[in-house]
Formats: sequence, C-alpha cells, structure tokens
Amino acid sequence: MFIINCPFCGERDQSEFSAGGEAHIIRPKQPTELSDDEWADFLFMRKNIKGIQFERWYHAHGCRKWFNVVRDTSNDKIHAVYKMGEKPPIK
Amino acid sequence: MSESFRSSETKFLEKTIRISFKFNGKTFYGYKGDTLASALLSNGIHLVGRSFKYHRPRGIMTCGSEEPNAIVQIGGNGVFTEPNVRATEQELYEGLEATSQNCWPSVEFDIGGINNLISPVIPAGFYYKTFMWPKKFWYSLYEPAIRKSAGLGKSPTQPDPELYEHKYIHCDVLVVGGGISGVIAANISADNGNNTLLINDKSSLGGSTIYQDDQNYKINEKISSDWLNNEINNLKNKENLTILNRTSLAAYHSYNFLLARENISDHKSLNERSNQLRQRLWKIRAKKVILATGAIERPLIFNNNDRPGVMLASSVKKYIDHYGVRCGNKNVIFTNNDTSYETALSLNKKGLNVSVIDIRKNSSSKLVQSVKKNGIKIYWNHTVVDTKGYRKIKSIQIMQLSDDGSNVTGKKINLDCDCLSLSGGWTPMVHLFTQSGGKLKFRDEDQVFLPNTAMSDQISIGSCNGDFELDDVVNNTITSIKKFLDITSTSFDNLNIHCPKQKENRNIWLLPNDKPLGKTKPFLDFQNDSTAKDIKLAMREGFRSIEHVKRYTTTGMGTDQGKLANMHALGIISEAAGVKMGSLGTTTFRPPYTPLTFGTIVGRGVGTFFDITRKTPMHEWHVENKAEFENVGQWKRAWFYPKGNENMHQAVQRESKTARESAGILDASTLGKIDIKGTDASEFLNRVYTNAWSKLGIGKCRYGLMLNEDGMVYDDGVTTRLGENHYIMTTTTGGAANVLSKLEDYLQTEWPELDVWLTSVTDQYATASICGPNSKNILKKLFPSIEFNDENFPHMSFKNAKLDNVDCRIMRISFTGEHSYEINIDSKYGKSLWEKCMETGKEYNITPYGTETMHLLRAEKGFIIVGQDTDGTMTPIDLQMDWIVSKKKYDFIGKRSLYRSDTMREDRKQLVGLITDDPNEVLEEGAQIVRDVKKKPIEMLGHVTSSYFSPNLNKSIALAVVRNGKKLKGNKLYVPMKNKTINVTVSDYIFYDKENKRLNA
Repeated sequence: MFIINCPFCGERDQSEFSAGGEAHIIRPKQPTELSDDEWADFLFMRKNIKGIQFERWYHAHGCRKWFNVVRDTSNDKIHAVYKMGEKPPIK
Repeated sequence: MSESFRSSETKFLEKTIRISFKFNGKTFYGYKGDTLASALLSNGIHLVGRSFKYHRPRGIMTCGSEEPNAIVQIGGNGVFTEPNVRATEQELYEGLEATSQNCWPSVEFDIGGINNLISPVIPAGFYYKTFMWPKKFWYSLYEPAIRKSAGLGKSPTQPDPELYEHKYIHCDVLVVGGGISGVIAANISADNGNNTLLINDKSSLGGSTIYQDDQNYKINEKISSDWLNNEINNLKNKENLTILNRTSLAAYHSYNFLLARENISDHKSLNERSNQLRQRLWKIRAKKVILATGAIERPLIFNNNDRPGVMLASSVKKYIDHYGVRCGNKNVIFTNNDTSYETALSLNKKGLNVSVIDIRKNSSSKLVQSVKKNGIKIYWNHTVVDTKGYRKIKSIQIMQLSDDGSNVTGKKINLDCDCLSLSGGWTPMVHLFTQSGGKLKFRDEDQVFLPNTAMSDQISIGSCNGDFELDDVVNNTITSIKKFLDITSTSFDNLNIHCPKQKENRNIWLLPNDKPLGKTKPFLDFQNDSTAKDIKLAMREGFRSIEHVKRYTTTGMGTDQGKLANMHALGIISEAAGVKMGSLGTTTFRPPYTPLTFGTIVGRGVGTFFDITRKTPMHEWHVENKAEFENVGQWKRAWFYPKGNENMHQAVQRESKTARESAGILDASTLGKIDIKGTDASEFLNRVYTNAWSKLGIGKCRYGLMLNEDGMVYDDGVTTRLGENHYIMTTTTGGAANVLSKLEDYLQTEWPELDVWLTSVTDQYATASICGPNSKNILKKLFPSIEFNDENFPHMSFKNAKLDNVDCRIMRISFTGEHSYEINIDSKYGKSLWEKCMETGKEYNITPYGTETMHLLRAEKGFIIVGQDTDGTMTPIDLQMDWIVSKKKYDFIGKRSLYRSDTMREDRKQLVGLITDDPNEVLEEGAQIVRDVKKKPIEMLGHVTSSYFSPNLNKSIALAVVRNGKKLKGNKLYVPMKNKTINVTVSDYIFYDKENKRLNA
C-alpha cells in the first residue's frame, strides 16, 4: 500500500487514488490521418517495464486531479510526482 | 485430576487463581497465566491431535506460534467454535473447552490411523497420480471422499456473533517483538522523542530472557532476567510509547504499512467477554520499523521424530522455567549445538533426570562444562536412529555417527525416555522482512538466511538478524538503533555483559540411519506429514525448484506454513542436488504470519455495513408503499410496487399498461448528473459525444452516445443546454462516477486548453419522471403558469419552473416513448415533489412504476440500456444507431476506431429484435442463439440481451445481439434451452410505435 505524494494535496494513502496506466502517450491531433496500425499503436500498445516507469495516477477520492508518477515497478519506489503538462524531473 | 507434572514454583503464574477447563470432554485444572498447552502438559497430557495424512498421534512440540501439531478446536459446537487454534498460544480461561481435531472416534483410538499402515503406497504426489482416472469416478467417488477428509477441524455453521473492528494508527517508530532487543529498542526510541508503538504477541513483555534465571547470563552484574524486568518497568512511564500485548503482526506491506491483530478477549472467560470486542485489526503506518521478531529453534530430522513427547529443547526449558511444568521424568536432549545445554541445566536444577545426545564430537563451551560438572551424561558423536511408543514416546535407540556424519556405526543403545528435546540450531524469523520486499543473504557458518537489503525504512535486530549470543544481541541492537534513529548516545551505552560464548553447530539436515531411507519416517512437516523421503522422491521425479517441491510434497503448506522445518527441506534439496543452499533461495513468505479469522479481516464490514447503501430522497415513500427493491450499484432502486397479492409479473404488467394508457411515475434520481460550465462547454460536448452539439439551442435537450477511444459504446444520456455556457449531462446510474473521471481525464490531460468545469450533482437533485398520455394534464395542474403545448414546450426541451416557490427544472424527454416529463428539484424536496405528483395525478390513476417496468417500456421502443444490451464490444453501428454518429465532425472520442477494419466488418454482432413463434414464450436473458442445432459443434450466433412479455403488444419480445443480424431480418433462428428448443424470428428491434406518434400524444 503506497503513500503517494499528490502534487496538489500532499502525502495520501494509495486507497484514495486510482492508477491510469502509462504516461506521456499523446492522443493524436489528427486521428483520421493515421493508418490502422498507427492508431492501434496509440490505442493498445503499452510498455510493461521492469524498472523505472512513467505512469498516470488520479486522485479519485481527493482533489480529482490527474498527475504523473515515476515509479520503479521492481520495488514500487516512487521517485517523483509531477503535474500534467510538466516535463518528467527524471530521465 | 491432579496436576502431577507441575513440579516447581514460578512467579509467572497466579497460583491463587485455579482454572478449570475441558479437554476432549474431561475436566482438568490449571492456573491463570497458563496456556492450554502448559496446562495440558501439567496434567501429563502430550497426545493432543492426529496428523493430517497418516493420522499419527501427535503431541505438543513447541510453546509458540510455530506449533505444527497441537492445533485444537476451541469452544465446543456452538457459534463461538473455532478450529485450528494453537494450544501453545491459547491462554487458559475458566470454562475453556477444547477438542482434538482430525481424529475419529477419538484421539486415543483413531480409525484414520490405518493410513499410517498403508503409508508406503501413498507417497508424495499420490493424489495427483491416482485420482486421474477413470474420469467418471471423480464425481461419484474421489471428489466426495477427498472433500470429506480435507481440512482440519470444523467450521462454525452460524454467522460469527462476535465483534471485530479495524483501527488506523500512525507512529514514528514501530517495534515488532517484545523480547530483550524489542524492549531496548522501544526504550531508546521513546526516550528520543519518537512516537513509538511496541507490539508483542505474548501476554507480557520479555521474550525468552525474562525466565533466564541463570548465573551464566549477567548484565551490569544482575541476572539478565532481573535486568530486563527493570527495563520493562521503565517502559511504563513513557508517554509517547504505546504497548500492545497479545498483538501479532500479520502482514508487512510496502511503504511501512502493516497489519496487526490484537486479541482483546480470547483469553477471558465467556462471562467476562460479553459484548466486548473480540479482536482488533490495527492498520499501522510507521515512518520507521524495527523488527525484533526473534528466532525459532529447529528440530532434528530422523526416523520417527514425530511422537508425542518429542519437543523442542527451548520449549521444554520454557515449560519448566516459566510455567513450572516438567514435560517428562526421563528427559533426553538431542542436539547439535550449545543452547540446548541450558535446557539440561534447567531440568537438572529442578532435580529431573536428564541426559544429552550430541551429534558433535565435543564442545568446550562454558555451558557444556556446567552440564558435565552436574554429572549429566553426554553421548558425543551419537544420533537417534529410532523412537518407540505409540501414544507417547517410551524409549529411543541411538548409534554412533561415522566420522563424516554420513552414516552410523557400532551397536545400538536403548535409552528409556519420556521426553525427547530436539535442538537443531536456530532459524531467524525473517518472514516479515521478506513480506516487505526485503532480500535475504545466506550465512554459511550456521546455515541461516538473514535480512540483507530492505525495501523500506526498517532494520532487523536481535536473533531475527542472526545474533544469538546475549552480548551480541544487546550490543548490536544498541549500535544499529543509534545509527537507524541518528542518535549519538543512549542510556544503554557501556553495559557490562557476561554470557557463555557458544561453539560451532554441526549441521546434518537429514540424520543417517542403519535402515534404508525407504524404511524410515523422518518427518519434516509435522502438520502435513511430509517426510525427507517425499522430498527425495520429488527430486527423483524431476522437481528442482523449491517452490515446486513444496507444492508437490505439501511441505510447509499447513497452517503453520512450515515455520519449523522449511529450512531442512531446503537443506535436503541442496545436498541431493549438489548446489549451495544459499543459491536455492527460499519459498515465498506470504501474509498472514499466523492465521487470521475472517471476522478480523472484515471487521465491522458485515451485514448492512458490508457496503454503502445509497437511497434516493423518495426512498421512504417507496418503502411505505411496499416497493420491492433492486440493487443498482450501491443504489437501492424501486423495482416494482406489488398491490395486494400480486407477483412481480402481475405488478409489472399492470404498471406498464397504466403508464401507456394513462400515467406512470418513476423515481429517476439515481441517474448520474454532471453540471458542465465554461466558455468551451459546447466544444467539449462535441468532442465527447458522437453527435454534434454546437447548434443545440438554449433550453433544448439532446440524447448523446459516448464511446471509448476503441469505438465501443461507453455511456449514454440526455444533456440539456441550460444557458450559453451551461449544460447538465445525465449519465447511466452505474456509469456516473466513471464517466466523470473519464471526462476529467480528457479535460486535464488531452485538452487542458478548454475552459470547462465539471461538477457532479447526482446527489443534489431528485428526479421524478412522469409519462403517459395524461402526463401533460398532471404537469398543467402542478405548474399552472407554464403553457404545456407542443409549440411552447416541445419534446426535447426544458423550462425553469417553481413548485410552491421551490425552483425546479422540467425536461420534456422520454425513455418510454410516451409523452413524458422529468422534474428535477433540490434533493431535500424530493419526497414532497413525489407526494405532490401522486396527489395531483390521483384523478388520472397515476401509477408508480419501478425499474422493471421502465426496462420493459423502453424495450418495447427498442431503446438500449448500456451495460445490458451492450458489453463493451458494441459500436453504435452494431447497435444500428448510425443516425447518431456525426459524419461531419472532424474528431470525437472513438471516431477513428469506427473506421478500423475490424469495426467495419459486416458480420459483427448486431442488435436485432427477436419474436418467438409462440407469443407466450418469454426467452431467457443470456440464452444463446443458433442457426442449426444439429450441426456439431453448434455455431453460436449471439445471445438474448433483454426479454419481456409486453402487455401492450400482448406478446413476448426480446432484444438480442446476433452475428450479421442486420441481414438476418425475417430469418428463423433457434434458442436451445435445457429441455427444449425455442423457435424465433429476427425482427426490427423497435416493437411499438415506430412512428413516435405517442411522444406528442
């Protein structure tokens, strides 16, 4: 059970949040120009990393804000949290 | 019966409080402070149960949570009965009733004991190998027989009447374990301003040091137990320290989140515990965790090492020193190390007969010198090869070990023995450390796994960290804690500690025997009856991974999770496979550390507290008017309102007919409502719905279909434009929360440039929906100032209104196909609104209808219900709702996916209507639809999604999804049921009023 440092509310229990999958997948601005394969790539293909992963979280039972988290999937350590639209503080 | 085995005085029992208890129906006595195990032993009872597989007689082996054998049923036959309670942990109380498990007719004579005789033909994997064929025997013979013999003890047959609760606690430092290192840790932590929680699974603090009444162990010139006692007293005055006794750490999760079970009343007599909590589950969030969970003594693995009277040496010591109970009169200690010599000294001090068998060749430890000085006989370099005695050990046979320890030589010696104490060294309890994600290292000298790298802010101290000598335990504890808590000095610095240094163990995982392995029974897992033979068999059959061997042989899979002998299993595997033990790894340690009862896990979340119940503002009215309710998510929705003796079918038929013929009223308050504001609100709706929204006039309503990005229908509902930049969206009852978070997701992450603000107002408004040809007349009476004609108030429009000076919103929208209005009002007036509608509509026979009638009426009209007629695989095109998908809009959520090759396929499952040949035959929802019942395998075309008997059409109707359904209109298909096949014809999915004439009727 993590403690997640919501960029808007501070440290809260994981049970207040829901996970939203891989971060930094930008919805194509012109979907109609994409081939089926390109669209499928956006729609379905996600990384499954052992190690540092950039992911989205939603403070569902709190401020209702979406934000990004850098988490090591091998040990669940959260290395950083940052707001939507911001650059990841870690490479 | 007298307690003939209580041999000495002890300060740990309250001898003035004598307690009577029953074991297997007979009455015995013990004292306050006893465990059930110590009280039984004081009455000379060792045999307490039968083993799981071979039904061998088994006795008390240990004095703690690691006990594999002495697990009993507590509390007779009533609702308070509990199986698998460890007698070694159950504190004695007046009136306690305990019975043996896994034996019939009695523990003394058990029919199942025949399994022991046929044991050569039921080796490891017997079940997997035997019960595979013939197939039909499984249901008739194997499964019932296995089911009957499976499990230990009896489950209670009634709901648990006792109270449990959950409680959260936050602390700076959590100390787990109340032994000497835990007490020191708690002292230092609290003294340095940390809010500290100390958890101890025993009834009092002190661990094994507290009864160490031995001149060999001294701290600052005091006997170690006296010194510790003083430190425990010091703990009592600390304000920032909380001590929880009788509390067992169950689970250690990531981020220092831990669960602990506190026993509140299990040690009290039934009279004392009435109306009290039984157990409390603590949910602990600690900044730092100090693990001082101790170590468990290892048994030795040799032939017939499981008889009642065979015990761990440290436990025998605790029984004599702590409880004043002797476990035998002719004691033999069988060991590979020095610590068990303490047991010899304790027994000798009480005047008991004792001798020692040591597999080592010698030891120069001070402890051994003391034993020799007391004239105790030691057999060096010997091993036990057999034990005798069925219900209790009577004698043992020993032989000399060969030089390398791989074999036995010389003549057998017979020794009389009624208590054999085993000591095979110590296993640090690293369970909690590994549960938290910690990685272990292996120490070769004494063959132990130790904490290495931790995943959270924690340390392990004392014997769970591999320190087994008093001076090491104390000094290393202090050093580690200073570093861990960043402290320069403590009140414990410069202690003067004396203890006898111990010499090396001799480690032989499986002791040699004069007989071949196949003729012996060296038990590893005493609860699950797996032997060293089973391990070797598994290896011969190709199993190598410890995780596989464990499951194949069931070693370590009992309620004790193999706390005693998992290490021996590893040792035997590593020897046989010729690999280093450290490289084998361990099996996974999973929570809980000791079994938890379900009551503790659920806490107060039982009965009506199991989940939140959401009720609409009109709920009370529905209850008063005898509505039956349906659960929709967490909502209670009125399902139907039976009149007199009506059944559901009759009530629904009446409600549906009245709704179409005169007037019906539905509580629609549960529909999700999202208030949308902002200058880009129209653009936002354009992007989230499939149809166009820019041109919707103020005061108008529009139905919208929302897709997932994969093109599948996600939600639907009517949205009303209240103002230039103000909308109110309705969602399905079940989808409200998910729709809101999905919309927030797009707003915050994909389109942050849009000026749009979303607010959930589901709970703020109550909604009454009035439909039917007389709805207009009722509304007229309710709102005399509004003109209810089709020009002023057309279908799909909205008006603000006042009812008794309370603001209302009236939408003229319809989910039934009838002329219909929805009145929204502040929730607190919901019930008044409803009552007013009922009163006003009386002359038109206004009839309340529930969700079932609503479903029927909309099915007659072919309106879908998202989640019933769709399942996340239906596009709007599949639903024949092409009309709602804008071709002009450049983009909306899911648009691109509607042009994927798969979603454009013509033979997808599509929504159609079904008409049964027999108009009275109502199909079952979920029933499969086929074209040809004879051709095997039968091709499944789809399934029925909604099905009703329509009173307005006087026939059965159904909606279904059918492969290529659009093209099958007019075709005959079949719905095969268990006893018959129903013939159906594919039809249009709108059954009633196709021209929508009734909307304006």
